[in-house]
Amino acid sequence: MGQHVLLIEDEPNIAEAIRFVLARDGWQVSVLADGALAVAEVSRLRPDLVILDLMLPGKSGLEIVAQLRAAPGTQSLPVMMLTAKGLARDRDAALAAGVSVFITKPFANADIVAQARAMVGL
Amino acid sequence: MRRPVRGQRGPLFLPRPEYRKRRLVDAARLLPVFGGFLVFLPILWSPAGAQGRDTARDGIYLFVVWAVLVGLAAWLAPSLADAADDGADLGKDAPADDQKDDI
Amino acid sequence: MPFNLLVLVCFTYVFFLFLVAYLVERRAARGRVAWLRSPLVYTLSLSIYCTAWTFYGAVGYAARSGLEFLTIYLGPTLVFIGWWWVLRKLVRIGRQHRVTSIGDLISSRYGKSNLLGVMVTVLAVVAATPYIALQLQSVTLSFGVFASDTPEGWALPDRNATAIWVAVGLALFTVLFGTRNLDAKEQHHGIVTAIAVEAVVKLVALLAVGVFVVWGLADGPADMAGRITASKIAAWNLQPGRWFGIIFLAAAAVICLPRMFQVLVVEDGDERHLARASWAFPLYLFLMSLFIVPIAVLGLERLPAGSNPDMFVLTLPLAAGQGGLALLAFLGGFSSATSMVIIEAIALSTMVSNHIVMPLWLRFRPQMAVSGDLRRIVLLARRLSIAGVLALGYGYFRLSGGSTALAAIGLISFAGVAQVLPAMLGGIFWRGATRVGAAAGLGIGFVTWAYTMFLPSFGSGGVISAQVFSDGLFGIIWLRPQALFGVDGMDPLLHAVFWSMVLNTVAFILGSLLTFPGPEERLQGAAFVNVFEAGNTGPRPWARGQAEPEALLVMSQRILGDAALGLFATEAKAQGKEGYLPDASPEFVDQLERRLAGSVGAATAHAMISQLVGGDRVSVEDLMAVANESAQIMEYSGRLEAQQIELSRTAGALREANAKLMQVSVQKDAFLSQISHELRTPMTSIRAFSELLMEGDAPVQVVSAQAGIIHTEAIRLTRLLDDLLDLSVLENGSVQLDLGVCNLAAMIDRAFVAAGSFTAERGFLVARNAADEDVFLHTDADRLVQVFINLITNVRKYCDVAQPRLRIVVRQKAGRVTIDFIDNGTALPKAAQGVIFEKFARLTDPARAGGAGLGLAICREVMANLGGSIGYLPGQGGPAFRVTVPLHLGQIGGRG
Repeated sequence: MGQHVLLIEDEPNIAEAIRFVLARDGWQVSVLADGALAVAEVSRLRPDLVILDLMLPGKSGLEIVAQLRAAPGTQSLPVMMLTAKGLARDRDAALAAGVSVFITKPFANADIVAQARAMVGL
Repeated sequence: MRRPVRGQRGPLFLPRPEYRKRRLVDAARLLPVFGGFLVFLPILWSPAGAQGRDTARDGIYLFVVWAVLVGLAAWLAPSLADAADDGADLGKDAPADDQKDDI
Repeated sequence: MPFNLLVLVCFTYVFFLFLVAYLVERRAARGRVAWLRSPLVYTLSLSIYCTAWTFYGAVGYAARSGLEFLTIYLGPTLVFIGWWWVLRKLVRIGRQHRVTSIGDLISSRYGKSNLLGVMVTVLAVVAATPYIALQLQSVTLSFGVFASDTPEGWALPDRNATAIWVAVGLALFTVLFGTRNLDAKEQHHGIVTAIAVEAVVKLVALLAVGVFVVWGLADGPADMAGRITASKIAAWNLQPGRWFGIIFLAAAAVICLPRMFQVLVVEDGDERHLARASWAFPLYLFLMSLFIVPIAVLGLERLPAGSNPDMFVLTLPLAAGQGGLALLAFLGGFSSATSMVIIEAIALSTMVSNHIVMPLWLRFRPQMAVSGDLRRIVLLARRLSIAGVLALGYGYFRLSGGSTALAAIGLISFAGVAQVLPAMLGGIFWRGATRVGAAAGLGIGFVTWAYTMFLPSFGSGGVISAQVFSDGLFGIIWLRPQALFGVDGMDPLLHAVFWSMVLNTVAFILGSLLTFPGPEERLQGAAFVNVFEAGNTGPRPWARGQAEPEALLVMSQRILGDAALGLFATEAKAQGKEGYLPDASPEFVDQLERRLAGSVGAATAHAMISQLVGGDRVSVEDLMAVANESAQIMEYSGRLEAQQIELSRTAGALREANAKLMQVSVQKDAFLSQISHELRTPMTSIRAFSELLMEGDAPVQVVSAQAGIIHTEAIRLTRLLDDLLDLSVLENGSVQLDLGVCNLAAMIDRAFVAAGSFTAERGFLVARNAADEDVFLHTDADRLVQVFINLITNVRKYCDVAQPRLRIVVRQKAGRVTIDFIDNGTALPKAAQGVIFEKFARLTDPARAGGAGLGLAICREVMANLGGSIGYLPGQGGPAFRVTVPLHLGQIGGRG
């Protein structure tokens, strides 16, 4: 165990909930609130999984994904995207940008854990 | 007969070709006056009853005048017919249209 | 040459013409008339101006009066070379109104007056009679010339019998081809083509004789000039009065002669032909005149004294033993005479049947208009008229003894028809010309002409007694036929032309000036004078729906035959109706009248239609109304123009508004997504933590913290919903205001406290002026504070500099207070300034994302309710908002 996940979410309460759930499942969780710092943090922490909000201050989730997919080290890094915008259009845009899994808020805690596990091959 | 309809008046100044056409129309209208002058000129030549009248010379003069008038008219007519078709001359008329059945 | 051979040649020639006419008619019936309507055929058909009078008479004229004969051809030349636009107007009118004759033109122009039609008809018939007699006489004379040279046992033909046979033959030919069809436009392609052929024959014949004379008998032009000077022709005197007068007369006659009108106007299919004819016809006249003097000179020189100079064209070649040339000349003269008689007879018979026979018939048997077979009657009337006209000509020939010089007879005719000139030119150029004026002019002109010229032509003691000649009518010396009003010593011809034209014109003008035209006259006058103006067809004031379409059809069939059915069917189709019976709309009735007018003349057609439609069709008041209408239309179009300018302005504004709407719509979509986000975000926390709580195995502290989060998020949800509700209440104007007096500084203080209470993480400097803020407002303090809070919170949220500074400036002006909130952040771009107050607006910069975008929209609604406003204040170096509020808001403030 001991898989490392980077959680990028500007809503403190939501970030806390996910952190709590994943930490309890045995993940090592890092939390970041500002999208502008996301890419740098990923290359610094080298997480096994990134959980990303779509609407972030500083830089939008889609831009971050695009940058990750363009960089050599993070081309195949699993990315889970969360969004409170429930439109199919947003889902399509996210998947096109290279997001691995797209989850709409509000979500079931069990879903997050299950998807996270599946994505890192547990 | 030139009686422009209010609001339908053409432009105040015309480009060169139309201007030429208008002047040709003027020339055609004045041609009979000019011809009349030439034809009436023999009246003034010699007093009635005088012996000096030369019929042959008078006749040649009149026929020459006549030929010149016909020539001038033939020279003017084609462009006037065009002008008539353009509706730009003698009194703002529509182009002649023989197919049209005006009733 | 044997007389019988001559007759055979004549018959062969006539048969040839007959064949030409017949073939052309057949082609025309199949619609192939293209070359028939060529300018060449048109010009050649005009040559019927040159009758036997020209062919034979001009030589005689030259022998007697020198070059004076030229006047007859110089007059038309002057008219054609430059003034054919007068003719063109006539042609246009003729086509538009389906004019059938010169009488119809005058009648139609002056309100479809049949009286005028009758007057012109009578005048034309009387004036034409000597002219037709002249043709008969010349043909008879030419027969005589050949006969006198044939002492071969053949009896000299009886002059009168010859004339009768010629007259009957011409009448038959004319009847056969002139009255075959009762065509709408009265065009006779066959005859016109035959006339064109004859025109060529006569020109060739005369030129051939001329060439023979100049180069055969004389020795070329130079020798010819010498012979002319030596001959007794050279003794002629140019009489200025006659020179001028006859040129004028010929110029008038070329327009007014019924036969000229027939070929110029009625038979013309295309007014553009006039352009060609303008020089080609004068050229034809030129060529016809060219050898007249040489022929006359050599005739006088070579032929025995006392021989008739009118026959030199024939007798010169005969005397020189040129039988073939003489025969050609004979055919030329025959052509000249026949073509003139045929066309003249057609023109006159049309006038007689349309203006005299038909009106009489309809008067005595009015029911025939709707029930009788008018077609046959019209044709019969024409045929009888043709016979009648020729009979009259023959009568004149017998009466005048056939001895008068040809030229003199022709001039009498010319002067007679010239009487139509004032009424005609006045009619097409002067709208003020009236029926009374025209009738007076025509009448007086006719009487004067008859008294001073026509009747005296029968000779002293003929119709007018010698005593009247010398002492005047009733012994009044001023009424002597050839010295009217004491004008003595004037050439009789000039005297007659002068007085008839002067009295005619004066009567015409005075009559027109002193009378008031009827409505029909004014209608027609306007339509004729303004024929070249677009939309000149004028009002069509037949009353609507008074005529039974079926009755109209029945009547039209009586005249138009099967064509009527086609006309009605076409109209019915145009009106969108099945079958053959269209509505009798005023337009259609008017159209029908014109079609009928093409067959029976305007006056008769009008009378017939009137019978069915009933009553006078239009009053002066109606006319005025129509005129007013068109004036109103002009004014209306002016107004339309103004409206159009305004419209395009409005369209511009609309486009702007639309662009804004599109932007708003995009924002609204974005807002829906946003509102979803705003609702789902607290929901996410609530759901996640409530799931954790439901697991029920957490320690108490954790439960307490997680429940706290759920509580906070629930409150956030509530606030969002409150905002939405608040906005909708404010927008509906159903908000309840709690009015009271409150100090502005206190309100701003409250706002800072409230704003600071929930987002305190960034402090900022505030610059205020206590003295300015010490204002008491009568307003809803809570609502105003709500606006202030919003603005202050916005500064907290969006001011993007490290050290935010907020400046609050208060001013009073004219009962209103303005409060400006200016901070030192980045000023809004112009595009954003326009939309930030829109509901759901949210600036696209993601860095500025945050609220739901309802704050400023709420502020705007609040201020509207408080009777004030809120706006973005540009040019302040940073984002700036100005709140304007009235000092004292009345009880019924805002939108309440």
